[in-house]
Parts: sequence; structure tokens; C-alpha cells
Amino acid sequence: MLIPCPWCGDREEIEFKYGGSAQVAYPADPASVDDATWARFVFYRPNPKGKMAERWVHTAGCRRWFNLVRDTVTHEITPP
Amino acid sequence: MSRLASGGRIDRTRPIHFTFDGIRYGGYDGDTLASALLANDVAVIARSVTFGRPRGIFSAGVEEPNALVQVGNETMLRATQVELVDGLEAIGLNGRGRLLLDSPSPLAVSPIFPSPSGGGQGGGTRYDKIYAHCEVLVIGGGRAGITAALDAAQTGDRVILVDEQGELGGRLLSAGWNDWLTASIATLGSVPDVRVLSRATAFGHYDQNLVLIAQRLENGGRLWQVQAKRVVLATGAHERPLIFANNDRPGIMLAGAARTYVNRYGVAPGKRAVIFTNNDSTDVVAADLKRAGVTIEAVVDIRAGEAVVDTDFPSPSGGGQGGGLQGVTVTPLTGNGPRREIGCDLLCVSGGFNPALHLFSQAQGRLRYDEGLACFVPGAPPPNVDVVGAAAGDLSGRGQGTMMPYWVVPSDGQQWSTHFVDLERDVTVADVRRALGTGMRSVEHVKRFTTIGTGSDQGKTAGINETAIIAAQLGQPVGAVGVTTFRPPYVPISFGLMAGRNRGDLFDPIRLTAIHTWHVAHGAVFENVGQWKRPWYFPGEDEDMDSAVLRECRAARENVAVMDVSTLGKIEIQGPDALEFLNRIYTNSFDTLKIGSCRYGLMCKADGMVLDDGVVMHLDTDRWLATTTTGGAAAVLDWMEEWLQNEWPNLRVRLTSVTDQWAGIAVVGPRSRNVIHSLFPHLASGPDSFPFMAIREAETGAIPVRLHRITFSGELAYELWTPSWYGLALWEAVMVAGEPLGITPYGTEAMHVLRAEKGYIICGQETDGTVTPQDLGMGWVVSKKKPFIGQRSHLRSDTTRPDRRHLVGLLPIDRDELLPEGAQLVLEPQASVPARMVGHVTSSYRSATLGRTFALAMLQSGRERIGGTVYAPLNGHTVEATVTESIFYDKENVRRDS
Repeated sequence: MLIPCPWCGDREEIEFKYGGSAQVAYPADPASVDDATWARFVFYRPNPKGKMAERWVHTAGCRRWFNLVRDTVTHEITPP
Repeated sequence: MSRLASGGRIDRTRPIHFTFDGIRYGGYDGDTLASALLANDVAVIARSVTFGRPRGIFSAGVEEPNALVQVGNETMLRATQVELVDGLEAIGLNGRGRLLLDSPSPLAVSPIFPSPSGGGQGGGTRYDKIYAHCEVLVIGGGRAGITAALDAAQTGDRVILVDEQGELGGRLLSAGWNDWLTASIATLGSVPDVRVLSRATAFGHYDQNLVLIAQRLENGGRLWQVQAKRVVLATGAHERPLIFANNDRPGIMLAGAARTYVNRYGVAPGKRAVIFTNNDSTDVVAADLKRAGVTIEAVVDIRAGEAVVDTDFPSPSGGGQGGGLQGVTVTPLTGNGPRREIGCDLLCVSGGFNPALHLFSQAQGRLRYDEGLACFVPGAPPPNVDVVGAAAGDLSGRGQGTMMPYWVVPSDGQQWSTHFVDLERDVTVADVRRALGTGMRSVEHVKRFTTIGTGSDQGKTAGINETAIIAAQLGQPVGAVGVTTFRPPYVPISFGLMAGRNRGDLFDPIRLTAIHTWHVAHGAVFENVGQWKRPWYFPGEDEDMDSAVLRECRAARENVAVMDVSTLGKIEIQGPDALEFLNRIYTNSFDTLKIGSCRYGLMCKADGMVLDDGVVMHLDTDRWLATTTTGGAAAVLDWMEEWLQNEWPNLRVRLTSVTDQWAGIAVVGPRSRNVIHSLFPHLASGPDSFPFMAIREAETGAIPVRLHRITFSGELAYELWTPSWYGLALWEAVMVAGEPLGITPYGTEAMHVLRAEKGYIICGQETDGTVTPQDLGMGWVVSKKKPFIGQRSHLRSDTTRPDRRHLVGLLPIDRDELLPEGAQLVLEPQASVPARMVGHVTSSYRSATLGRTFALAMLQSGRERIGGTVYAPLNGHTVEATVTESIFYDKENVRRDS
């Protein structure tokens, strides 16, 4: 599978590391959130069948993180 | 001899000698092993896997279920695909596979790779891998594939055409060469962006049109990993047999294969032939056989109401050898009417054609049953995949005409135990009926019960017949029963091909420090730490590991010892916001850390669990350097970048890995200062002028050195860093300076013992992603004044409960008993199974200093159990141990400043 790095272009999947969902924001002030909210940030991740916004890092390349949208069924990748 | 006087694509001017099962035969250049054996009238190739029945050549290609052979040291090859070369030595593979020691054949005991040394591939067998990219990948070099490649070539696209045979043409090679083929091959050869891969089988079609291709080369092969924008599947169709009693005898062959042997190889596969068919494709077979001098004894046509019911022919006058075909019994389909017995040594069977949709299906294409063609054809193709030719269900090239779907001829008395469905697996209609009798309905279940389609041929001639038998038995439409899932690989792939050159020394990159050659020269025993080779211990003459490690530990505690610590991960952190960045990443604060000093640091993940630790050095204004564990360097750098880029892009910080830029040497022990003074006479190295956790720059000879007062043993110690280029020179200088004192090199095992005696953790050994700093008793390194990653999680109810597992020490009651690392701990000496496990041993060593064994453990409510007893039930006996604090030696930390 080729993954489009925004800096390096299409590269082999093995050059990348997966960073999970791109839709989980780090709470602005962790100290002020309750246990349930914090647990939701730490432990809960979306797992859709279909299009999913994801974070990837070009570990064996430019080391830049970026977002893309991948279809979890077909692996079709579209820009975020 | 059954070789025809003329015709075929063999070169009669180039004779070839080969052996089969030890007997010498002749063939010609252009033959396959199968065609040459048929030319030599060798009818029986092997005995079947379960019943030991004689089997002959059934097909002329990849779908062959019977003629499995071993050539040299490559096994599980199909005789129909082995190109004949001079001196080839083959044996038929009988029955089941065997372990090497049990093998009856001297050929089979020779290992596939005689020499694993030197990264070479030994024995002349070589495999490698190649990546390729193209706009259009055409799979299959027959009429449809060549046409598709020619079309694509006109657009200027990069085109790759793969074909599994030695020459392009596909079915046309059996139907007679023509001028179009000659012209097309010439055209393809003249277009620069067209690449033709011959002897190459596409065996896996993965996401986004990644296609894996196995190419056979002389003495090995090449694995192609092709990424294509568009894939054109021109994979053709496989003929399928009709099923009847004793349908497995040598001499029974797919009709199209018989034609291939006549037309392509100039071999008459029999003298007296019967044709058994349900379609028109056999018309040309009969004509071509007749032209080759084969007598056509009968054409038995289902459409005419007749069938071959059995081949258990009583007459001894037939031509078969060793169980080979002697004749057939023909009856009306109605069962009523005269029986005919016809002598023959060749039975050409055609039950129709199955488009070869293995790759299409792997690429998630859906199949649809076509009632008229009586086969599965492609439904809507997946994105960027096209199917053309016979694979798409266009069987006009095969001359199938109007066919009458037909699958199994019942025998007299309804016996089914010799109606073979899967020849390679020796599975019969009786087995399918038994599976259905148990209540199975799904074709997937029947497959697993009977093993149909699980042979190395993947049931290429069996699968659809299985479906049709199930459908008939259940009274369902064939299309409703469906086919089993097609999975890669389409053909058997050797492990050698998958490994390619990634074997032996080339299996994984090996990282060596600048000092490695010294370690080798001085007899170090190495251990792998990630990709690094690190000295494990340095055994003296006649010294075993235990005594070497005890000696090395004693030197560090009582004298002076030296260790190569170059493998530590090193990350430079630069920028005006570097301090703020470090304060957020690490649990502790660096606000007060002055330039020229260093401090221990610990980092957690967002869940509050320990990730890694190391030393953070303040080198200069806005310039810092952090060390990581040897194995954690890449992960920590990724982790830092993740937060810097994604969460804190406003921080002006840059990260650079400098692991390989520095060599590190730890000089350890109460007399280490003598060595430092000797190397750096002008450096004030006393405890006040060069205090603990201070950094100094100095030179020895012409070698620039950065010195750190860091200890991972508890002893007075100096860590000397120099640019890697100087690493070996500095090490040698240290050895010379320390020689009068008897300086002792030590390895990772002694390092582990020394640090464990002090209760220093190793991330990844004491921790496993479920351990907080507080669990380790390291609350002192967790700031309460500033936010850091994981801080909020330390307030969760789960991380604050008192019965978490804590880091403690263990002293076995028997001072010589070494607890195994990973041993589970219980509270009762005679605990009944399942016992409640309250902890596990994380580190365990023999200590020269303590004169006994000791261990570190993670123990539930461990700090409350200090002074108590726990038990480690092992295989056969139970070890009793006293729970202690995790620090065994120098609790007051006085030795580091001695």
C-alpha cells in the first residue's frame, strides 16, 4: 500500500507508523476534567467501518506527522 | 516412445538427458518434465496421498493435482511446470510428506540451504526481491493479456505483463502458433515502457493493487512486489473434469491438456483414446489427436445421453501400466440400456471451464454463477481492476459451444468411494456426502471436513465440482452454495523466496559500536539489544558465565571496571522552548538544572504508565541532550515528535537523534578517579570540583571528551563521551590508563546485577506498560508543581488504589536458589490451583556483593508486605522468599562520592 506523505510523496506503507484516530483532542486543561472525561480521552477511540480520519508519521522518512482519511474496508486514502 | 516425428515447440536438435526416480530418459529443449515423461511412456508419476493409488499426469499446467515431484532440493513442484534442463534429477512424491530423517530418498534429505553462513545462499539456490511500479499490470500472457498490454502500451503508460510460462501465448501455444502472436510479441518487445516477466506467477493480489509475483529463475527465484494503478486480469480459465467411478487412473487427462501435449510438445499422450465431454471444446482435441496418429475409439457425449460410468475395466488387453487405464465402461445416462466396454489407454475428459478468478477474488471481487456457462464469472470488479478474456467468462476461444452442465456420473450400486473430487487430497464424493450427512451445509465447512481444496493445488480442478455436488445433494442452485474463499498464494511459494536475502547476517540490520572490534578481540560474548550487539560478559580462560559476571561485579565494586555504553539512545533538544518542552515530557522538572549539569528523568504515557527513563543534560543555552534506554531510542524520539508536532506546534524546539554520533565509556568503581586523573591530569576531578551529576569538557591526547558524573551502579563513576570516530582510541586510552590498577571490562549482565543491587529499574524489565512511577516507589521523581504527560492519570482511582503491585526486593530463603525471571508469586506455600497470583519476579541475579541470590519483583501491596514471605511455585518445587525493600546495597548513596 502506498501512503501519500505531504512532504515526500507516495511511499511504501512500511516507512510509516500509525498514530490512531485524528479526532481525539488532548484536553486543554487535563487537571480540570473529571475522571470520566479523562478516561474517555485516554482509553476510547473510534473504530468505524468506512472512512476514518487518522494520524500517521513518516518514521523512516521525514519524521513529520500528518493526517489523512482512510477507508477501513478498502484502504482507499483521501486527503483530510 | 510416444514422441511425434514432427511438430510442437520443442527443439529436436537439442536433446536433453534427465532422470526420473533414478532412471535415465531423454527429452528435448522446450519440454516440460511432464511432456518428456509422457514421451517416454511413463504413465505413473506418484502414488496418491491417502490411498496410495497410482496417479499420472492429469493436466498441462498450474492446475496439476497429481504429478508432484521434487527436483534437486526443491520440492512440491508440478511436473507440468518444470522446464526440462540437461542433467535434471527428479523424483515423484509419493503419499504424505515426511520429516527429513524419515525420508526414503537421499535427494530429500539434502537441506534446501546447505550453507547458512556469510549471508550467502549456499547450494547455488538464490532468491531475491524487487519492487516495481507501473500504471498497468497485465496478468496473463495469452491472447487477452497480450491485447490488453498492447492497448495500454499505446498510451505511453508503464506496462508490466506477467506470464507464468516460459514463453508468451497462453492457450495459443497449444492451439497452434499464429502470425498475430509473433507480431504482437515483437511489438511488445519494441516499446520501451513495456516489461514482460516470463516464468512469473502472480500469486497474491492485495489492497490497492499490490500484486506479489513469484518469478522462477535458474537456481532460485525473484519475488516481485508490484504496485499498479490498474490491474488487468487475463488469467484465463481452467478446464474441469467430469466425475465418475475410478476417475483417477493414469491415462485420464483433461481434454485440453491432451491437445497441448500433441500440439505444443509433439507427444501423443496415448495410442487409443476415448473422449468424454459435455461441450464442443473437445472437437478440436479429437481432430488434433487423430492427426497425431492417435486412434479415437469413441466420443462419449453427455449431450447424446451417454456417460463413462467406470474405468474398472476387466480386460488385460489394454495398454495401461501399473494400474494405468485399460478401458472404460459406457452406459446411457438413464441407466437403462446396453453397456459398452471400450479398450483405451487415454481418456480425455472435459466438463467445461472455470474462469481463473483466484486473484480477482483475493482483490475482493465478487463472483456470480452463470447458469448457461455453468461456472462462476466475475461480478462487478473492485476499483482499478479489469477482467478480460476467458477469465471474464468469454469462453468462445475455447470453442465450448453449447454445453450441458453435468458433474457426477452415478455408478452402478451407488458406490461413491472411487469418485474422486480432489485428486491431490484423495477426497471422494463419498466424503462430501458424509460431510453433508453430519449436517454441514456451508461449502466452507465441507471444505474443512473433507480437505477438498486444501492441497498445494488449492483445488483448481476440484472446487467448483465440490460446490455442484453439495448443491445437488441439498437441492439448491449451484450459485447459492457458492465457492470457498480464495486466499493467497495462488501457487505454492517457497520460504526461501519469501525470505529473499533477508537471511543469516542480512536478516536484520546489525548495529555495532565504535569499540566493537576491541570487544571481539578480547573474547566478549555478545547479546542482542534491539539491533545492537552488546558485550554480555568477558569470560576469562576456562571461566563460565556465572564466575565471569561475579568477577566483573567485584571489580566495579572494589576496584575499577569499564563498560561500553555507546548504545544508549541520545536525542539533542534545541530551541528557546526546550526547557518548557522537557518539563512537559518528563515527570520531573528541569527548571533548576544549570548548564553543565545533568539530571535523571522519567517519562510516562498519557495513561500515567512509565514509558522510558534516562539522563537529561543541560549543555548550553537552549541546548539539551536526553539519553534513552538502548532499546527505546526510536520510540522515544517518535513520542517526542508526536507531542511536539501535534499538540505543541507553538513550541520552538527541534529534535535530532545523535545516538550514533557519540561513543560512550563508563569508568566505574572506587578507583575510577585514578584512571580519570591519569587521562586528564589538568581536570579537577575531586568530589567537590567535579560533583555528582556535573558535566566537564576535556581532552586526552588529541581526543575531545565530555565527562559526566553519572552512575548506574551506585559506585563512583564517570561516563566519558567522545565523537564516535574517537571511540576506539578513547577506549584504548582508558585501558592503558587503567592497566596498572587492573581495570576490568564488563558487559551487560554485570551492569544488570550492579544496578539491581541498587534497586535501579530498567524500563521494559521492571515496567511493562502497566506500572506507574508510584508503583516503583519513585514518587520523588514526579513533580507536583508543573503539568506533564500522564499527570492526570496518576489521580485516577485505579492508579491510586493501595493494592497495586509495587516494586520490592526478594531474598530467597535458600541463598543459592536463583528465582527465574517471570516466576509468579503466591502467598500460600501449598496453594491449590488456580492460586491467586500476587506478583511476579522482574529481575533475578547472583550477587558477589551480597554473597547470595536476590531478585526484584512487582508485588501486590508490596510495600506493606516488606518483611513477609512469598512463594514462587515452580515446576516441581516451591521457592520461599522474604520480601525486602528494593534497594539491597548502599542505601545511603555514599559510594557514588567515595
